[in-house]
Amino acid sequence: MISSILQTLPQVLIDGLALGAIYAVVALGYTMVYGILELINFAHGEIFMTGAFVGTTVLFMFQSFGWLGGLPAWFSYLLIILIAMMVTGSLGVGIERVAYRPLRKAPKLISLISAFGVSFVLQDVVRFIAQLKTGNYIVTSDSLFSGRMTLDTSAISSVFGNASIKANTIIILIVAVLLMAGLDIFVNRTKWGVAMRAVAQDRETASLMSINVNKIVVLTFFIGSALGGATGVLFAQQYGTIDPYIGFILGMKAFTAAVLGGIGNIRGAMFGGIVIGILEMFASSNLGILTHGSFGAEYKDVFAFMILIIVLIFKPEGLFGRAVKEKV
Amino acid sequence: MKVKGLAAMVFVLALVTAGCGNKETASGSSGSSNSGSGGKVIKIATQSPLSGGSSIQGEAIKLGAQMSMEDHKEEFAKLGYSLELVPYDDQGDAKKGVANAEQIGADQSIVGVIGHLNSGVTIPSSVVYEKYNIAMISPASTATEVTDRKLKVVNRVVARDDFQGPAAAEYAIKTLGAKNIFVIQDKTAYGQGLADAFRTAAEQAGATISGYEGITVGEKDFNGVLNIVQSKNPDFIFFGGMYAEGGLIVKQARDKGITAPVMGGDALDSSGMVDIAKDDIVGTLYSSVSTDITKTDPGKKWADQYEQKFGKKPEGYSAYAYDSMSVMLEAVKKSIEDNGGQLPAREKIRDAVRATKDFEGVATKVSFDDIGDNSYAKVFIYKFEAASYPGSMVSEVSK
Repeated sequence: MISSILQTLPQVLIDGLALGAIYAVVALGYTMVYGILELINFAHGEIFMTGAFVGTTVLFMFQSFGWLGGLPAWFSYLLIILIAMMVTGSLGVGIERVAYRPLRKAPKLISLISAFGVSFVLQDVVRFIAQLKTGNYIVTSDSLFSGRMTLDTSAISSVFGNASIKANTIIILIVAVLLMAGLDIFVNRTKWGVAMRAVAQDRETASLMSINVNKIVVLTFFIGSALGGATGVLFAQQYGTIDPYIGFILGMKAFTAAVLGGIGNIRGAMFGGIVIGILEMFASSNLGILTHGSFGAEYKDVFAFMILIIVLIFKPEGLFGRAVKEKV
Repeated sequence: MKVKGLAAMVFVLALVTAGCGNKETASGSSGSSNSGSGGKVIKIATQSPLSGGSSIQGEAIKLGAQMSMEDHKEEFAKLGYSLELVPYDDQGDAKKGVANAEQIGADQSIVGVIGHLNSGVTIPSSVVYEKYNIAMISPASTATEVTDRKLKVVNRVVARDDFQGPAAAEYAIKTLGAKNIFVIQDKTAYGQGLADAFRTAAEQAGATISGYEGITVGEKDFNGVLNIVQSKNPDFIFFGGMYAEGGLIVKQARDKGITAPVMGGDALDSSGMVDIAKDDIVGTLYSSVSTDITKTDPGKKWADQYEQKFGKKPEGYSAYAYDSMSVMLEAVKKSIEDNGGQLPAREKIRDAVRATKDFEGVATKVSFDDIGDNSYAKVFIYKFEAASYPGSMVSEVSK
């Protein structure tokens, strides 16, 4: 039993890391909005999905213009990510303006319902556009990087099997690390970041310190949604197939990751994402072995949500978060 | 005006006939019906999705039935009847199918139904047909429950789902020599039913099932399950589920360097498989209940006629719809002859359809057993030999 788990472990870690990186970047979007507005933006999963569709559309456009052959692959990848980020960033700002800002003074539950409304609208709008031409809303895109290499992990110790890694997975990891590091620097080292943290701490006082709160909120939504959109592109490239419903369950897991790390805490969200990704991959690869076949891989999602419940009961502030003290 | 009068007359006739369903009323009404110049109208309905996602297959069913009806027009004219097709759009939706079925039941001149495409629509709608005693022949519904409820009106010309799995197992083990098989299923009624049927048959045939894992519909990352597959190193993978997940499993398995062939059921019989898996699709197999009609000479001729008539190539179910309609008309004709030239009650036609034996159709021979399944139904095995749809037919398995 142990030997077969160890055998697949290197591969499980690599696949889990790729999935975890995606969860982590999406979790950033949840955590940022929550940190500033104490609002859980449940439409974030759909923003991620829209990013995947925008990226794929841009890729198709590049292909039909015949640009892909002329440009180096990494450059078109970067360009596609940037375009998707701009579109989803603006989308996030638009959603904030239409669905959240008018409700900012309303009870929390109202904006939560509004967020669900937005997510359903986005699903169906994307579905409508996607199936306009072919009547099929499951879209398949080409991979820009299709290489694959074998890691000789069995050389470390004979108990491990070899693992294989796709070129695309490496790119996901690199891009995710860049995005997360960039955000971390932005929030901690720039003037805008300071303003953001100030608004997160106390909106009224920040506004007294000549900080334009609305501007900061818009900026938060833009950055969070742009990150979500970029991850959508990474996702579409990694798995090849997207449909308008990928955002929901992935958004839920990313939200769990944000809670695990301590919602509102950016580094916590990254950590939580990676943990959930690896755990999920480990569960789906080994549940059958561990339980002698009585539970199969289909129960992997239970783990993510069990963690959510356990964290909420025993450590609601998350692993990295601080318990919120009553403001005096 | 004349048509209207005729229709009204037929309506009255049908009412009387259905009301008593006996010879005395037939003789009573014969005087009035003789005056119609075009003869009495016999209507047969089709129910299939004419709009929405599966409208291509749904339209194929309608057109196939229409073609058969037109081929039989003269035959019925000699008997003094004119045929009319009434197409209904069930939208692939059970509620719409049932609502249509009520309308069909209320129209006494309709004596039979060809449809539906989806088992999920067939099952509730057939309850309504049973109420009105309208015979139904499905050219496409494969779920076991369709006929297992033993309704008197329900028949189908295609194979059942619990025959498809064993047929696939037989091909995998006997023809391809698979010994160590990994089974993946999507936890739906269809996927799990098919995978279970496959597993049981494969074990009986002596193969080892080295793993049986489930996935979730709508997921995109199957690396977890494929890691297990890789550690078991099977020489064959069977997948019970839809093409959206099937295509991704094939693709991600090849990405991982798993080379064992993947096989699935008729849900993989879709161009979507090729769209998703692209070149990785080559070597993937699927079973289907519909034959490649162009394989035989008469079938090829039929397909050419179809294309000439409708300006499009026949789909998988076109020929089955054609055969279903032919069986239906044969039964109607026989019951008219048995009834001394008069159209008998719906019950008689229902029983005549069920009594069909050794009918030679274009796509399949038809003999209904006591619950309405076709004893001659076959399962066909296809293989993607290139990254294009459909795959090529490599085998057919009969019961």
